[in-house]
Amino acid sequence: MDVANFDFTAIGLTLKLAGITVILLLIVGTPVAWWLAHTRSRARVFVEAVVALPLVLPPTVLGFYLLIALGPNGWIGGPAKAVTGSALSFTFTGLVIASTLYSLPFVVQPLHSSFEAVGKLPLETAGSLRASKWDAFFTVISPLALRGYITATVLGFAHTLGEFGVVLMVGGSIPGKTKVISIEIYDRVESLEYTQAHLLSGGLLVFSFLVLLTVYTINRRLPLHVA
Amino acid sequence: MEFPGQGVTVLFGPSGSGKTTLLRCLSGLERSPEGLFKFGDATWQDEARDIFIPVHKRPIGLVFQEPRLFGHLNVRSNLLYGFNRTPESERRIFLDQVTEILGIAHLLDRRPKFLSGGEGQRVAIGRALLTSPRLLLMDEPLASLDQQRKREILPYIRRLQNELKIPIIYVSHSLGEVLQLVDTMVLLKQGQVVANGPVETVFSQLGLRGQIDPTLMGAVFDTTVEDHEPEFGLTRLRFMDHLLHVPKQEAEVGRPIRIHIHSNDVSIATSSPNNQTSVLNILAAEVIEVGPLDAPGYSVDIKLNVGQPMLATITRKSLARLGIVPGQKVYAHIKALKMVHEWDDHPMQ
Repeated sequence: MDVANFDFTAIGLTLKLAGITVILLLIVGTPVAWWLAHTRSRARVFVEAVVALPLVLPPTVLGFYLLIALGPNGWIGGPAKAVTGSALSFTFTGLVIASTLYSLPFVVQPLHSSFEAVGKLPLETAGSLRASKWDAFFTVISPLALRGYITATVLGFAHTLGEFGVVLMVGGSIPGKTKVISIEIYDRVESLEYTQAHLLSGGLLVFSFLVLLTVYTINRRLPLHVA
Repeated sequence: MEFPGQGVTVLFGPSGSGKTTLLRCLSGLERSPEGLFKFGDATWQDEARDIFIPVHKRPIGLVFQEPRLFGHLNVRSNLLYGFNRTPESERRIFLDQVTEILGIAHLLDRRPKFLSGGEGQRVAIGRALLTSPRLLLMDEPLASLDQQRKREILPYIRRLQNELKIPIIYVSHSLGEVLQLVDTMVLLKQGQVVANGPVETVFSQLGLRGQIDPTLMGAVFDTTVEDHEPEFGLTRLRFMDHLLHVPKQEAEVGRPIRIHIHSNDVSIATSSPNNQTSVLNILAAEVIEVGPLDAPGYSVDIKLNVGQPMLATITRKSLARLGIVPGQKVYAHIKALKMVHEWDDHPMQ
């Protein structure tokens, strides 16, 4: 197997999946993290535990339940089939949903701690300066919580790149649709194509290391604005 | 309760007296479960009609205990944050004006973390002013500063009051901090207003004993420097028809100086002293009212008129011996007085 015939489909698919997942995660994770940082509700510990579940569960457990939920008779897949004509298991959309759930703690937790560090006072202060809550969130809270956002984005992205079990359960390995790098590597090893496996594994290793290195460097250099 | 639409109104009381809560409700940061707040013709909160105007829609400026500047913005952007969100038609106060009054023009390009506490608080005041508020609310704005920084900021607050004519409501538990600013005093204790009125009369009311720190009771006089007596090391202050002697002041003739007299430092004589006493500050006075005699202890408060009301605390025995009655002409001997700008931090008990 020579390098010239290398198939980039899996790489492109993986980057697309991680990118979309991270964007979704930031949209979903921000309100969850904000709520966790500021609520006095008793439901808080419950939600915290649920968000942290993907950290401890075997990916196959999460994948198994998601497979059922996203399938033609599942409570997500069923309605989806009624509307679009097909269920979500073994589709790219299904993968996005699964990845979002799976990487949720990696986005929520850094955001949660930086929202806690920033506190509610800047929101009050901005309010006294004629800023509505939304305005204050985007112009004061978010910039002050920038470190949290950078960490959340990178960890969410990197963790989605590295997932295997959930993707295998929910997506199968359909080339160009659901076959991401980690599964591609598995398949190559199974068929003893070690050169390809080396390239992909080494690439993923170097890429992940560089990404983490960048984050830690930025976080070191980035001035922490919170007193 | 009504607040005047001008000057500095101070909400004064010990911690837990509800002054900060009142300020937070006035600003709209908190919604009191019941209540009616009106500002001029505008209703800010009326629970009976379910009206509540949130903080960002009230024409107020807020200054907190700490500067609370936005760390990701430099001083200029901090100052303009509220200004940019104020409709153009309502803008009456501009950047140049504020930086000039507060002396912060040289700080504009700095980040908040490179400011001293006093500088930071001046920027915070400027930022609040640049929303062109119709009411400025200040919550112990000097509490986090040391004595020297406090003295550095107070003149600026007086100045913005004089030049911009914005009514200020100022929360404090430290008399030394506010006495040189205050026009109207509201004394709070455990959520209740125990006294309120112009600062010249509020501390000379009878019946405050046991309600407020007793060292506050007496009188506040606004005087001006009359002349200096360098040979004696004294300065004379004019208060209405009276001249008061104080230790030499570094202040030019005509400069205003506010003084506070503690009622325990005032004694009463029924006949003219005719220079037969070492006390220099003797004011002709008329007895207005004798305080309640059934209070425990040995002393009684006498309310005098020296052109302005003033309290004297004497023993009940002296009262009986001198036979003091309302309407009587007496002489008030002032044994000590305090220049307000000399006040050290003086927290309420």
